[in-house]
Amino acid sequence: MSMFDQLSAFALLSGMSPTHIAVLSSAAKEVSFAAGDRLFHEGAPAKGCWLVQRGCVAVDAAVPGRGSVVVQTVGPGEVVGWSWLITPARWHFGAIAVAPTVAIELDTDQLKAFAEHDSSFGYPIAVALLTMVLDRLQTTRARLLDLYRNPADTPMSPL
Amino acid sequence: MLPARYVVTGRTVETADSVTLRLEPLERPIPRFQPGQFTMLYARGVGEIAVSISGDPSVVDSALTQTVRAVGAVSRALHDAKPGTVVGVRGPYGVGWQPSLAWERDVLVVAGGVGLAPLRPVVLTVLAQRWRYRRLIVVAGARTPREFLYSDELKWWSSRDDLALELTVDHAADGWTGQVGFVTQPLARLPLDPAATTAFVCGPEPMMRFSAETLLRRGVPADRIRISLERNMKCGIGQCGHCQLGPLLVCRDGPVVDYARAAELLSVREL
Repeated sequence: MSMFDQLSAFALLSGMSPTHIAVLSSAAKEVSFAAGDRLFHEGAPAKGCWLVQRGCVAVDAAVPGRGSVVVQTVGPGEVVGWSWLITPARWHFGAIAVAPTVAIELDTDQLKAFAEHDSSFGYPIAVALLTMVLDRLQTTRARLLDLYRNPADTPMSPL
Repeated sequence: MLPARYVVTGRTVETADSVTLRLEPLERPIPRFQPGQFTMLYARGVGEIAVSISGDPSVVDSALTQTVRAVGAVSRALHDAKPGTVVGVRGPYGVGWQPSLAWERDVLVVAGGVGLAPLRPVVLTVLAQRWRYRRLIVVAGARTPREFLYSDELKWWSSRDDLALELTVDHAADGWTGQVGFVTQPLARLPLDPAATTAFVCGPEPMMRFSAETLLRRGVPADRIRISLERNMKCGIGQCGHCQLGPLLVCRDGPVVDYARAAELLSVREL
């Protein structure tokens, strides 16, 4: 399958025109990671964005006394890496493949250059990334509700 | 309305706060249950609560299997009941999941926390009558890996070729190599045939809302998303009104309803 077809099949990019997908293709390549391969380290300069096609990537952070703590996993159809978008471009968390993983890697230097040059390309890219970030924010908020805790942990329990 | 006397003949510790009880009748048994129905369980001298039935509907005997989480005085007493303890049972009550609505369709089971208990009979029904259904997908979320109910059974399910199991936790623990995230994450990316999918969803109310909304976005029709409502049930037979939710008496008209009916009711705060 061509890169154009692979990107067209990615749900997150469904709002982009064929012309823009073609532009995006020129900044994309397929990459593979073995389980245990690290995509990036927390605190390192942020470059690159990965559209996961198969496998699983864990987003983690080093916590003293607890080692590497996984805060979220990212699977097929999801995206890893957006810290490159906002300055200072440094990874806030790390990312490691926890299963054999295939992804489309975007050259984010090229992507930013394309977007700054042509806002008609930059806008749908920004919307796609915002969609991803919003989705991630909402699932994180849902987890913050701690919905599965035992209600008895709260002061009043009617049953 | 009189409870039948059952004796606890088995007690399996599931998690730090949940056990599964096997109950056998001392006299006349209650009628056979349908997946998703509940009983009113009475702990002698303490009180009575609604508990969903988590047993295998394909097993033909008079025993009941019920999973109880210790939350308050009654559920704590039931949770702590040792083999030999006599309890009272009324039921089975309510409208269940009705797995037959998913014949010749894909079955998607979505469970959050102890919401897996009332859904277990659906999974076991589908597995016992596998030819009646297309794909079977089970998505279950828990707070931590240690808080999944039926951990041995989950291992068995994960080894089967005819069931796709997705487990995800809110907080990973050492040694957990599975998914970390809310149940809506796998729901958003699972390969689905939305028009041919019937979803059965149970868990805390916000979790059911978020899951149902994700499935709606995926194109699953609202009347094909079935959820199990939880309200404070007292009589179990639609007489007392304690479990009223708008026009519904949950014990009689539910607990299982489709999302086309429930969505509006769940959007009303404190209803």
